[in-house]
Order: sequence, then structure tokens, then C-alpha cells
Amino acid sequence: MLDVEKIRADFPMIRNHPELVYFDNGATTFKPQAVIDAVVHFYEYGTSNVHRGDYALSAEADKLYDGTRDIIGEFLNCRPDEVVFTANDTASLNQIVYGLSRTVLKDGGTVLTTEAEHASNLLPWYRLAEERNVKIEYIPTDAVGLISMDDARKAMHDGVKVISVAHVSNVLGTVQPVKELAALAHEYGALIVVDGAQSVPHRKTDVKDLDVDLLAFSSHKMCGPDGVGVLYGKHELLEQMDPLLLGGGMNARFNACGEVTLKHAPEKFEAGTPNIEGVIGLGVAAKYLMSIGMDNIEEYERSLRAYFVSKAKELENIEIYNPDNETGPLAFNGKGVFAQDAAGYLASQGIAVRSGNHCAKILHEIIGTDQTIRASLYFYNTKEEADRCIEAMKGISIENAIGIFF
Amino acid sequence: MDDKSLLSNPEILRELIMDHYQYPHNHALVKDGRYLSRHMSSESCIDDITVQAKITDGVIDDIRFDGVACTISTASTSIMTDLLAGKTLAEAREIVDNYFSMIDGKEYDDDLLGEAVAMKNVYKQANRIKCATIGWNAIKQLMSESEEAA
Ligand SMILES: Cc1ncc(COP(=O)(O)O)c(C=O)c1O
Repeated sequence: MLDVEKIRADFPMIRNHPELVYFDNGATTFKPQAVIDAVVHFYEYGTSNVHRGDYALSAEADKLYDGTRDIIGEFLNCRPDEVVFTANDTASLNQIVYGLSRTVLKDGGTVLTTEAEHASNLLPWYRLAEERNVKIEYIPTDAVGLISMDDARKAMHDGVKVISVAHVSNVLGTVQPVKELAALAHEYGALIVVDGAQSVPHRKTDVKDLDVDLLAFSSHKMCGPDGVGVLYGKHELLEQMDPLLLGGGMNARFNACGEVTLKHAPEKFEAGTPNIEGVIGLGVAAKYLMSIGMDNIEEYERSLRAYFVSKAKELENIEIYNPDNETGPLAFNGKGVFAQDAAGYLASQGIAVRSGNHCAKILHEIIGTDQTIRASLYFYNTKEEADRCIEAMKGISIENAIGIFF
Repeated sequence: MDDKSLLSNPEILRELIMDHYQYPHNHALVKDGRYLSRHMSSESCIDDITVQAKITDGVIDDIRFDGVACTISTASTSIMTDLLAGKTLAEAREIVDNYFSMIDGKEYDDDLLGEAVAMKNVYKQANRIKCATIGWNAIKQLMSESEEAA
């Protein structure tokens, strides 16, 4: 198990907001000092562009920037040249959709997904469906958005070229059987795309073991800087895919006749000056997580969630939508209280949670409510914080929600 | 309820919001071509309401609304439908401007705002300002639309 007090000392946000219970880690996470230091150090001592200078500083920037590919390679169990840096999970998914639109979906086909996806894993596919002969079909899910492999098998057919799912859903924390889905996709010669925004930060992700073809995630949800995402892709797939962005840094040669020779993956996907300090910070964040151990993180979060759920279940004024999930956020409402009112009340008690439909709008047609409150934990949260949240949840009522204004 | 001392009592204001939330006024849309209509929803805010107004010869005859929204959105819109009905566009604009000043934490004339002063502390919670203004933004847009059409 991990030493949570020692870990908490690494996070300035925790030190600087002792009164705050931050349970909105699904939205973004705090950064440990080591990540902040790496970013600041680059600005104070290391500033230079990558892949272009002829001087020592630039070579050093290259080393740190490309060094993060090695770290992420270790983190995901893949080759460094299978790691593409993007702006965020959303940018990775858009690049994936664009890339596949010109390869396996070039002549049309079906994309299988679920109604529990984040907008970032639906809207790019929707546009493709609008513009091309591409169909979106949904694998049915149960009340917490879980796919059963039986249903997945039934939904699968020869026209399916891509299965695209979130490993862990952002509203309900449901864990999809990604490894089995990957095997199913491959059985039909299809590809599997995984939105790892809510999984990669919280559990060991071994892309070889899962056999995923393409994976997207964001640095900022795993203790790294904002504005950086990762696109993992099997190398031969990346080589076939076209970049969404064109410009400097990604072409090997071009001439005035418009003939362009692109660099190889991963560089060909990284047009323009990247978020160098952000990528360096991501490397430090991934190392930090690995030093704690992804399995330890997962185990700690499981036990913290179980504790939180057991207490929350005792509250008569609270309805929980996903009590039986073992990981991920808790989705709940105060009975008879609009989610935003309840979240406003919790905020007045120093608890940061999120209300809303969490960008997974159609999911609520499945669980039967439009709005929920989401409390999402991370490995630096504690039982004491869970207790404080529970105390505050007891007070959720319309009267108290209005009371915060007086 | 226009006694000023009553409207400065937090207990009364709290109950006022509660009342307008549980029993919103003018809370049903009509199918009537003479009404202008505005659907308001935003990505950042989960409220989703529609406001209708019948404006004839520069006078707001009637305002109605419906939708799913939090206490502050519902109550502020309900109060607005009472307050602005029967006003000329010029009168209404003055009230609306004062209301937005109050919500921005600036000076305002509480004589003009009636029950809407219940929202006077919302400016302290930046994340709820959009709730207190969703219905008021709708009527602002409908008033402009009616002026442009005239
Ligand atoms: C499942 C899922 N996919 C995609 C995203 C989008 O991530 P980002 O905003 O970092 O691109 C999120 C973030 O909330 C998410 O939870």
C-alpha cells in the first residue's frame, strides 16, 4: 500500500488549500512538486526549441522531450516511436479518427461504440459519419454502461472496421472488457481504439497485454501539465495514418512543386512547436506514478472508494447510481435536489465535486437521469476527506442549497 | 410583498426563492404565434430553459417559461416573469440593467428590483452567476428582437 501522508506532502495544491476536499479528479488532477519543478526548470534553465538548434541547449531540450517517449514507452509497455505527443486526449482522438478515415474507413464501414462515451470519442466519429459512408452503431450496455461480451459479439459484423470505447467511463467509472473487445475486433480484422482518459491515470495499462491498436489519454488527468496528450499507436498503423496537422517539424523535405515527404511516426504527427515543457513534465509525472506503482494506486483507490460508498449508502437523502462499481467516480444525487444545487451546497462546505451531464450526454438516457453529481477520487485523497464529504452530503437539501446565498 | 424591510430580511428572501422554485410563476409555454421564444442552454451550465414573451407596441404583455433548472435559475426567471410583465420596453430595460448591475456586484437601485433582490448575493458565487442570469438574458434577447422587428 502507499503512504498517503507522504504523497500528500508532494502536492502544493493540497498544502495551499488545507480546507478543500478535492473530489473532481476526473476533471483534472493536482501536480506534484517534481512536475512543477521540471516545467519551471525548463523555462529558467533549458528554454530552446526542439529538433532544430545547433547548440547544446537545444540538444538538451531534444533529449528531455524525446526522453519522455522512453518513459511513456515504459509506462505503457510499448516502443518509444509508438508514442505521439498531442494537445490532449481530445486531440489524440481527433487525430485517430482523421487517420482512420483515410485508411480502414476510406471506403466506408461501421464504427462500433457505446452510448456511454465522452463527447471527445463521439463527435469526431459523428462528423465522419456525416461526411462519409461511415455508420455509427452502439453496443448495448447495462444500467452502469457496461458492455457484456455477448452483446458485443451480437453487435459485431463484417462491416465493422473499428471498435472505439473508453476503457473507463467518465461518469460511472465502469470498466469495459477492453482486452476481450480487442480480441473480438481482431477476429473480424477490425481495429480497436481506446479512450484512456479515465483509465491510464488510475490503473496499469499494458498496451501489449490488452492488444489495443490505438489509445488516447491526457497528461493533466495523471498529475502532468495541461495541454499535453498522448496518442499511442502500433507502429505500422501510425506509419499508415496521415497527420491531421501539416507544417513545420513534421516534413523531411518539400519543394515548390508541392511534393512533400513526411517524416516517420511519431514526428510526422507533431507539426509545429510542441508543448515542450509540458511533455517534459508529463515524463516526470509518469515516473512519479510508476515510483508509487500503478497497482498500488489502483488498490488504494479501490479501498478508498469502497469506504466512501459504504458510508454514502447509509445516507437516506442520497441516491447512488453506481455503488457496485469497484473503481472510478461515485455518481449520485441528493433526493429531490437538482444536481447543481447540491454541488453548490457541497462547495460551500469545502467539497469540490462536479454536477452536470459530464460530456457524456446520451449516457443519461441509460441511467435514467439527466444530471448527476460526480465525486472522483485519486490516490492522494484520504478517508478523512471521504468522511468530510459524507458529513457535507448529509446536509444536502433544497433549503440548504438556497441557504448558501444568505 | 413589496415592503422594503421585508425584502431585506434574509429569511424572507430565502423563502421567496424556495417558493418561486417549488411553485414557479408563469411556468407553462403557450402555442401562440404572437409570442417570441428563446431556448437557453449552455455547455457549462446544466440548466435548459425556454422563455416566451408577448410584446405588443413596445409593451411586454406576458412572459412565460419552462424547462429543467436549478433553484437559482428557476426562481430568478420566475421572479423576472412577474416583474417585467406589463412594463414598457424602456421600463423593462432599466430594470434589467439594474438587475445585471446587482448580479455583477455593482451599485443598483433596489426600488426597481422588487423580489429580484433575493438574488443580491449571487455575485459572491461566481460559478452560479450564469444561473441567476439565464432567464434574464433570454428576455434581454427577446426585447432586442422585438425592437429590431418594430
Ligand atoms: C472519458 C474521457 N474522454 C475524453 C476526455 C477529454 O479529455 P481532454 O479534455 O483532456 O481532452 C475526458 C475528460 O473529461 C474523459 O473523461
